[in-house]
Amino acid sequence: MRQVPLWKPALIIFSVVISLFYIFPSINHGTPSWWPSWLPNRIIAQGLDLQGGLYLLLNVEADKAVEQTAENLVDEVRGILRKEQLRYQTVERDGLDAVSIQLTDNSDSPKFRQILEKELPATLFSEDISGKKVRLAIKPQEQKEIRRFALDQSIQTIRSRVDQFGVTEPTIQKQGEDRILVQLPGLTDPTRAKALIGRTARLEFKMVDEKGDLNAALSGRVPPGDVVLYGNRESGQKGRPSYLLKKRTVLSGDLLTDARVNFTQYNEPYVSITFNRQGERKFAQLTGEHVNERMAIVLDNVVYSAPVIREKIEGGRAQISGSFTTEEAHDLAIILRAGALPAPVKIVEERTVGPTLGQDSIDQGLASILIGGALVLLFMGVYYKGFGWLANMAVLLNVLMLMAALAMMQATLTMPGIAGAVLLMGMSVDANVLIFERIREELRVGKTPLAAIEHGYSRAFATILDSHITTLITGLVLYQFGTGPVRGFAVTLSIGLVISMYTAVFVTRVVLDMILQGRHVKTLSV
Amino acid sequence: MELIHNKTRFDFVCTRSQILAFSFSGLLTLLSLLSLWVQGLNLGIDFSGGTLVQLRFAKPPHLDQVRTALSHLSLGDVSIQEFGSPEEILIRVGKQSSGSDAQSALAAKMVEILKPVASEGKVELRRVEFVGPQVGSELVVSGLWAVFYSLLAILLFVAWRFEWRFAYGAILSLIHDVIITMGLFSFTQKEFTLVVLAAVLTIIGYSINDTIVVFDRVREERIRSKKQPMGVVINRAINDTLSRTIIVSLTVVLVLIALLLFGGLVIHDFALALFVGVVLGTYSSIFVACQIVLLLDKKEPVAPEQPTPAPSVEIS
Repeated sequence: MRQVPLWKPALIIFSVVISLFYIFPSINHGTPSWWPSWLPNRIIAQGLDLQGGLYLLLNVEADKAVEQTAENLVDEVRGILRKEQLRYQTVERDGLDAVSIQLTDNSDSPKFRQILEKELPATLFSEDISGKKVRLAIKPQEQKEIRRFALDQSIQTIRSRVDQFGVTEPTIQKQGEDRILVQLPGLTDPTRAKALIGRTARLEFKMVDEKGDLNAALSGRVPPGDVVLYGNRESGQKGRPSYLLKKRTVLSGDLLTDARVNFTQYNEPYVSITFNRQGERKFAQLTGEHVNERMAIVLDNVVYSAPVIREKIEGGRAQISGSFTTEEAHDLAIILRAGALPAPVKIVEERTVGPTLGQDSIDQGLASILIGGALVLLFMGVYYKGFGWLANMAVLLNVLMLMAALAMMQATLTMPGIAGAVLLMGMSVDANVLIFERIREELRVGKTPLAAIEHGYSRAFATILDSHITTLITGLVLYQFGTGPVRGFAVTLSIGLVISMYTAVFVTRVVLDMILQGRHVKTLSV
Repeated sequence: MELIHNKTRFDFVCTRSQILAFSFSGLLTLLSLLSLWVQGLNLGIDFSGGTLVQLRFAKPPHLDQVRTALSHLSLGDVSIQEFGSPEEILIRVGKQSSGSDAQSALAAKMVEILKPVASEGKVELRRVEFVGPQVGSELVVSGLWAVFYSLLAILLFVAWRFEWRFAYGAILSLIHDVIITMGLFSFTQKEFTLVVLAAVLTIIGYSINDTIVVFDRVREERIRSKKQPMGVVINRAINDTLSRTIIVSLTVVLVLIALLLFGGLVIHDFALALFVGVVLGTYSSIFVACQIVLLLDKKEPVAPEQPTPAPSVEIS
């Protein structure tokens, strides 16, 4: 028998040692204090289905962000026209992404074009045939930018809300063009977390239209420039109170610097907010101008309160009360501090796993791994005797290296992932079965043991390669198209297949060669 | 120890076994398609959209009381069943018209309304799954694409490594396995979930793996004995790999039985689909894939006994 090159057993020992180092932190649930920092310290993360938690897929309604931009554009256009002293009849939002301006009979439309195009480079100017109406549409490029910003900003805002809520190791990531994936492991109160994450939290201050007729508005005749909104709590028999408000937002939540929970003398919680310098100035000016009028505090189009302004308020502080529970007030403060979402988000997929179910899954997964694995090992040992135990060694090494690879990639172990690992044990003996059957065949046609081994390995290799590649193809497709748990399964299966090529073909051969090295072999234990 | 001695010379490719194989597979495929056509799949909420809530009570609840309590929420079609143990129930609710925000708050509402039903008011929320209708239909689409792309990739790979007729044989046997597995889920009206879909894709992986092993042997035999007709070559290849085929299927089946018995209910359907698929995949490698390769071998039709001129060696 030829001499086995030294690098081969060295490589095997190296891969075993490396694997053990990578697995240790996961088995030990962390690294001990003497563990040097240059050694691997990553832990195989448990999927939400194993440790319990909340999985949310949110859809960012970016259209609303575009709409809001168009809404802001209306104010901007009005400002510009006023400044340039151009005469017009009306300016209003036109569809999702445009503003239309109705001109007067003697307006000078070329001048409109000249000024608006100069002042608002992000819009496209067009006019209808009569020349009496012009339209400013937000450029597609700009719209794309708004949508992208809405998504990025939403992710940031949600992250800061989640951080303040206090969840360990949350995952918040972009998914596709308009989705956000949120995973909160080990969470105990999903309902509260959902309310915290999903709320737009657009805080607006609007003046109450004291002269308007609320009853007429409620029956459908809303005065122009006004809007009817409702309160947040039922009050007595009448249901939720309604308010007739001026549509224009006089002050908004983006000028906040802080929001805190406080308690009234009757121990009722409220949220006190502090404005920044600009907000402080604006707030003082507003309250000074509107003494004895009511100012409504509106959060996500719901009126929380509409107190009467008694006097000009300096110092930039206001409070939101609305008969909250302490928990609600606490969460509201978090949301206001983290800021509003640039566009509303909608939950499109949710998976919650309670912690006890997760533990049950782990127990059952481990049980099936141990039993299934033991059955396979036993069968191989009995059926192929000495060679069977060689294959068993390869299978165990495969499992070891698979776990190390998962830890290295910081992959997440899910229930289907465990199933994949179990299935892989069954499939990874396939390569060895192919080789051993081949060796048996060669022995039957009268080859010497060493020649039989040589032929068995070389002939089976092409088959093993082809069959592994085809299975790998489905693994990769599964990864590409799968989500969540299915991906976990695909990852385990694919990595395991690659490792199986190494352990089942290379490792068993080297070990076999080393055992037979220098011996005169007459029979094989196969 | 040997289960199968090398000297097996079963005739897998004689006209009789071909007729048997094709009528058996044809019948199963037809019945599966019929079931899929008539009653369809019992799509889980992953695909149809809706909410699934798993609850555990301190003591076994009366399902009637649960049903009555839940009827106050007017949720439309509600399915309530025991899950695993008498203390646990699984509630499935279809798409709600009230919008996805209301639907995602549903689980909390259910727990609230079921507290009076439970002894000592103890209800534990074990699992909630909510899939919006849009995501559900996206998952259906991406699931179909996944099946399609893996079949396409395998077709091309096999055509490249072997020949086109081998590729056709492989693909038809895969389609056969997928249709019958799905047919079984349709026939028994077991819930077809994302995880079961993953199992179907894994079946494709396993079945092709098994087919390739036989094909590889066919390729090897043909190089060694060029004068032999295709039928004889294929038959010898099947016989030569029979021992390996059975042993590998056996080990995988052993593992799957462990999963079925001890893996818990969440993984049960996954293991079941795989179990069926592995058995089918093993069968179809021999009785579908190889037979189709033989049918497509024009120079050497059905009967391998007739000494005809050597078949063309390469087509593509």
